[in-house]
Amino acid sequence: MATASRSVPGRARTFFQNVRAGDEVAYLITFLFAASVLLVTAILVYELWVKSGPAIHKFGFSFLRTTTWDPVNDDFGALPFVYGTVVTSVIGLLLSVPLGVGAAIFLSELAPPRLSNTLTFLVELLAAVPSVIFGLLAIFALVPLMRSYIQPALIGAFGWSPFFKGPAYGVGVLTASIVLAIMMFPYIISISREALIQVPREQREAALALGATRWESTWDAVVPFARLGIVGSIFLSLARALGETMAVTMVIGNDPKINASLLAPGYSIAAVIANEFTEATGDLHLAALVELGLVLFLITIILNGVGQLLLMLTTRQGTAKS
Amino acid sequence: MLRIWRRAVNNVMLSLTGICAFVTASALFLILGYLLWNGGKSLDWNFFTKLPLSPGELGGGMANAIVGSAKIVAIAALLGVPVGFMSGVYIAEFSGKAMANVIRYSADLLNGVPSIVIGIFAWTVLVVPTHHFSAWAGGFALSLMVIPVTLRATEQFLGQIPQSLREAALALGASKWKSVATVIIPAARTGIMTGIILGVARVSGETAPLLFTALNNQYWSKGFDEPTSSLPVMIYTHAMSPYDDWHRQAWAAGLVLLGLVLIANIAARMVLARGAASQRG
Amino acid sequence: MRSTVLIAAVLAMAFPAAYAAETINAAGATFPAPIYQKWFQEYHAAHGDVQINYQAIGSGGGIRQLTEGTIDFGASDMPMTDEQISKITRFKVLHFPTVLGGIVPTYNVDGVKAELKFSQETLAGIFLGRITKWNDGALKKDNPGVNLPGADITVVHRSDGSGTTFVWTDYLSKISGEWKSKVGRGAAVNWPVGLGGKGNEGVSGQVKQTPNSIGYVELIYAVQNKMPYGLVRNSAGVFVKASFDSVTAAAAGAAKNMPPDFRVSVTDAPGKASYPISSFTWLLIPDKIADATKREAIKGFLKWMLAAGQNDAAGLSYAPLPQPVVAKELKQIAEIK
Repeated sequence: MATASRSVPGRARTFFQNVRAGDEVAYLITFLFAASVLLVTAILVYELWVKSGPAIHKFGFSFLRTTTWDPVNDDFGALPFVYGTVVTSVIGLLLSVPLGVGAAIFLSELAPPRLSNTLTFLVELLAAVPSVIFGLLAIFALVPLMRSYIQPALIGAFGWSPFFKGPAYGVGVLTASIVLAIMMFPYIISISREALIQVPREQREAALALGATRWESTWDAVVPFARLGIVGSIFLSLARALGETMAVTMVIGNDPKINASLLAPGYSIAAVIANEFTEATGDLHLAALVELGLVLFLITIILNGVGQLLLMLTTRQGTAKS
Repeated sequence: MLRIWRRAVNNVMLSLTGICAFVTASALFLILGYLLWNGGKSLDWNFFTKLPLSPGELGGGMANAIVGSAKIVAIAALLGVPVGFMSGVYIAEFSGKAMANVIRYSADLLNGVPSIVIGIFAWTVLVVPTHHFSAWAGGFALSLMVIPVTLRATEQFLGQIPQSLREAALALGASKWKSVATVIIPAARTGIMTGIILGVARVSGETAPLLFTALNNQYWSKGFDEPTSSLPVMIYTHAMSPYDDWHRQAWAAGLVLLGLVLIANIAARMVLARGAASQRG
Repeated sequence: MRSTVLIAAVLAMAFPAAYAAETINAAGATFPAPIYQKWFQEYHAAHGDVQINYQAIGSGGGIRQLTEGTIDFGASDMPMTDEQISKITRFKVLHFPTVLGGIVPTYNVDGVKAELKFSQETLAGIFLGRITKWNDGALKKDNPGVNLPGADITVVHRSDGSGTTFVWTDYLSKISGEWKSKVGRGAAVNWPVGLGGKGNEGVSGQVKQTPNSIGYVELIYAVQNKMPYGLVRNSAGVFVKASFDSVTAAAAGAAKNMPPDFRVSVTDAPGKASYPISSFTWLLIPDKIADATKREAIKGFLKWMLAAGQNDAAGLSYAPLPQPVVAKELKQIAEIK
């Protein structure tokens, strides 16, 4: 490859020139790929911003406050969708966090290793199930169950409160929340379990040495140590739930209204975009939908950022080793 | 007295956590079981070989959806994996800290974009200017979801390679890029491959980005430039219909899709486990 | 083994030379989707080189995608407005009516096997959310002798932009001043009450699965799914059931006064036998098609559709076009260049 010049320093110089050239090329190539990631993300944000321009221009911040969604009269407000998105995700969290963290504690602290590994493996497979399949199961299995048994039971027991009023449709906000909860399990369990495993043995052993019961050592000594990681997992799952489209669209009822009752139909941002995007005949309608997408994107970024931060803090504080 | 109370609390709480684990694991079994039962009943040879027929006519299948999904996912992998991989190499091996943080943040942003919004973006950028729906547009949309996963996996596993290996390669006279290409990356390859397989498997089940990009097709799509049918979109349209035969086909498609995704996941994890074992040993 | 077969199949699909068929892409209304899919399948069987891929994404979708140029032609249950037509600068849109259909109120009421009758006020009241129970006085008046339960009415409407919705709301606006001012007519409206289903399929699926519900769907969807649908009182005061005859009767008047661009509404048509919620449905064809193969294929299909294709209508519960309309359309085909 290189024709060395006669003297040793000369040969060394050409050698280093070649080396450096190869490195430069490698640096450049990988840099270009990395820059393309940056570029694509920037273009995406830019496109979203531009395409929602007409709606931002017309409605300004009141878009986030108004509740009308009227394509005939070109009057659009985001509040029912933000409400639906947030409520289904929060209730989904309320259902899945206790179960998920409980399962994570069991898998990391109490289960024998082989059982723990097998169950964790199976739970992580649940994370791979595509959301449209959850939707399929929700329509044919969950909705009839809700309509025939669960919702009537809730109405019977709690119908006096504003949260459980109304006919048993089967579909609705609660049904969508349950589907989201099932989809969030794997994330909460696997990330929390990782956080719990990283807690140093000394914590647990110290608590036990002081006379704590198994549960007390877990709950009072180990879990607090891992709490940032657990909370981080909650944020990340929440971010995923907010953007969940297919499963929610199929069971939420598609009604852009804000209703105190959990048994009423609702609408989420992702669901309305999926339903109305290809058919939005007016330009303002389209812009309003894109603006909804932008709102969702912003909420997701913030939540993801907080979640990642918490996870990072855990790995720095939680582990004493390495 | 207190001891009895504490012991009782201990037993109750421990059992509760066990119940939690049992409940969540049984959710998976129920899902798989239900899908296997309904899907298995509906799966027949027609499904894999015939094209969809209009509602009310029996005997149709989703052969074009299976091939369509394969085409779209192949494009997504071809576009997304190299970009994600090279960017991961850049962050892990070549860049300075500031640039690495910027790229990593931008990949996280991309990862956080809801899949429906990715669909809108791909529609705006590819479908409208070229005036047609295509497998390219669908594959492009999915590749945007493959990039962050691949990037993170590459960076993570390269980062796990101990610095001593890098120094040893350099000490032996290899240039930086040669040491990365021939020593570091091969050392991390099982982890990286696992991440890639998992990422690609995940996007193969995505529906929302395909709704406005690849649309759907009753026939075979020629090449990559036409609307292309895919399993997730077929499941969606068939499940929402009132026809019993279409529901039956939606189950079958769901089973096939889930089967493929699970096989990919299990294979990836086995690769990782074997790779880790061989490195330790 | 299967993977090699799959890879071979993918490679085969990837090479256009392997196929002689030209795929034409169309999208739009779900209202006529059953007959369009049958037509395109039949036409492909007779002319193997023509493949028309029709995706039922809703009338609004058909119009938008045609405007963006991502499909070769569209389909819609509502004629395009002047504003929508002016947005397309590349060509003029030609409206080709294909069939007539009726939109029916389909319901699922516990214990009711009889056919329910709906007067104009009742129908408007239900969809406005003023009539909330099945045993409301208005429903009882329309249906003497029928044992209606005291259950709440669950209304189901479309969640997507729909020509079916356009026709339904067009009708409601004509017969109810309150509806006209409160909601209006359109492909997507601000519904006072109800759940949303996607497409005619989604609404009929929802009604079928939800007890004590009512929704509006194209006649064929109710028939194919063996769902009961009600009679509607027309402008002559007669309760009419949607059928081949009653829909044809509604179109009879329109045939004489068909405007040259074929954009006309036949809801609440006069005549004792007319079904009041009837509508034409149109194919939206560009008047300039650059690709010669596609152009000839589309023209050929249109000619076939206006002749042999019309025979399929009755079997799928649509009404064929009146003869004078067919003659006018054949002339319009010549405008496609």
